Amino acid sequence: MTTATLDHAPVRARPAGFLADCIGIATRSIRAVPREIEFVVPALVVPVFFYTINIGALGPLAEANTGLDFKAFQLPVAIIFAVTGLSRASALVTDIQNGYFDRLLMTPIRRLSLLLGLMMADLVLITTLSIPVVIMGFIVGVRFETGALGVLIFIFMAGLWGLAFTGFPYAIALKTGNPAAVNTSFILFFPFAFLTTSFLPLDNLSGWLQTIARWNPVTYLLASMRSLLYGGWDFYDIGVGLLAIGIVGTVSMTLAFAALRGRLKRG
Amino acid sequence: MSIGLGAVADTAVRTEDLRRFFEDTRAVDGVDLDVKTGEIYGFLGPNGAGKSTLVHVLCTLLLPTSGRAEVAGFDVARQPVDVRLRIGVALQEASLDPAQTGIELLRLQGRLYGLSKREIEQRLHELSQLVDIGPALGHRIKTYSGGMRRRLDLAAALVHNPQVLFLDEPTTGLDPASRLRVWDEVRRLNAEGITIFLTTQYLEEADALAHRVGIINQGHLIKEGTPSDLKRSLGSDVIIARVEDGAERACNAVREVVGVDQVDVHGDELTVRALDGSAVLSPVAIALDSCGVRVRDLTLREPTLDDVFLELTGGHIQQDDGHAQQEGTSDNGDA
Repeated sequence: MTTATLDHAPVRARPAGFLADCIGIATRSIRAVPREIEFVVPALVVPVFFYTINIGALGPLAEANTGLDFKAFQLPVAIIFAVTGLSRASALVTDIQNGYFDRLLMTPIRRLSLLLGLMMADLVLITTLSIPVVIMGFIVGVRFETGALGVLIFIFMAGLWGLAFTGFPYAIALKTGNPAAVNTSFILFFPFAFLTTSFLPLDNLSGWLQTIARWNPVTYLLASMRSLLYGGWDFYDIGVGLLAIGIVGTVSMTLAFAALRGRLKRG
Repeated sequence: MSIGLGAVADTAVRTEDLRRFFEDTRAVDGVDLDVKTGEIYGFLGPNGAGKSTLVHVLCTLLLPTSGRAEVAGFDVARQPVDVRLRIGVALQEASLDPAQTGIELLRLQGRLYGLSKREIEQRLHELSQLVDIGPALGHRIKTYSGGMRRRLDLAAALVHNPQVLFLDEPTTGLDPASRLRVWDEVRRLNAEGITIFLTTQYLEEADALAHRVGIINQGHLIKEGTPSDLKRSLGSDVIIARVEDGAERACNAVREVVGVDQVDVHGDELTVRALDGSAVLSPVAIALDSCGVRVRDLTLREPTLDDVFLELTGGHIQQDDGHAQQEGTSDNGDA
């Protein structure tokens, strides 16, 4: 044991500020990602797998019947598969379980930044993981009619969608504090990702599936992203896509922040 | 409240009729505390007595059900941020993120308390020596031993120079050598001017460290004072006799010994109180022998805080492998 003494005088605690709190939480979260390779690998493997299978198995048939460039048609699906449900919710549950969340609560951190910081990290990760998927599209010959700006907006929309969806796993994480419950949140992904125009255009879907797809916000997100690929600048489609993201985001974030309020109740 | 951040209130912790209930469980039930700045205050009680719940209220993790609590001059319910800026907390289970390195955790902790990079590095330098964790700071926390995790937890609680440090059972589960190290650290921190609120189930810990001790049982603060005052309040020496059988018979025999003030039986153990223990030790041994009870162990000693607890509650604070429970009492939902 050494006999060091503390020099108290110069160091005084003070509130760090909302942005600094968010950045602190986000930085910690991003730093953890390379240490959890199991977190990143599925997000890269799943879209590549489905993209390859879909264009290989269905491409010739779909192109013969619809005249679509199926590789371009499938690229937004691949990116939705990559980013939907990607979040640090499981890490949040671990924090709750091992008491680190309580340690954070005993600091003067703004409570909102506990969640917003994680979401900032998610946005960075989702956007980063979108890039390899877009590169994969370029490799197989997909081109953007809207050019470089279209590519950026394509990635931006994927990022916004991924962020909008994160509210669901965070709501489950904060409400239950249970890792198994968070893991089951991926079930939400299936109706969003499959009951839509993921394989065929809306007009080619059968009756019941077409009806459901019309109510699925992902249908409009895919339409807007596809318009960037082969429809040229269609601001109506882009606007509707953003609105669809906004609706899902409003629902999921309302649930997530309500769950945060519940978790933070001291009474 | 007009106490500036650098100013120090005379009273570090004050509670008035503080209550915290969980549905039907009265975890803390009408506790009045007045801990002076600069004190080491030991909060002693068995598992489930309400110690941790009280600490959670004082650290702003829980709201009181009723009553008031102030820490460093600020109300825990109405001014939680002011309280958080002035306290450091090491809870019973080290609250650490195993995926971070020690240094990453301490840096983030410093950032959340608004410290500049220079201040954080200064504190890291000081703390790495103070809690003797040195080179391990660069390693992932998941590789740390239990003792190292405790020390890092303590360092995290100290990053921002708190005025009041809450240590919730800081040595539970530690080996004796690590426990003594923590004691040294607690004394040194207190010498630096930090008020320390220490909960413990270890009698010798409260005895060795605390300037004053509060004894809590079933949510009530049942006695408070310096360890020596509390022990002196018993006013007698203690003779402990462990017998093989016939404890009640032995009790009746010992009660007849001249000079014996009180005899209590707990299982196979007799606790004999006498003003002059050394004078009655032999007569007690003779009385036990004459009533035909086989004696395994006969000890004369000064009163301990456990004797105080026994006197007040009729039960011991039992300590087994780091887990203490009060004999004959049930857990009351310590959170």
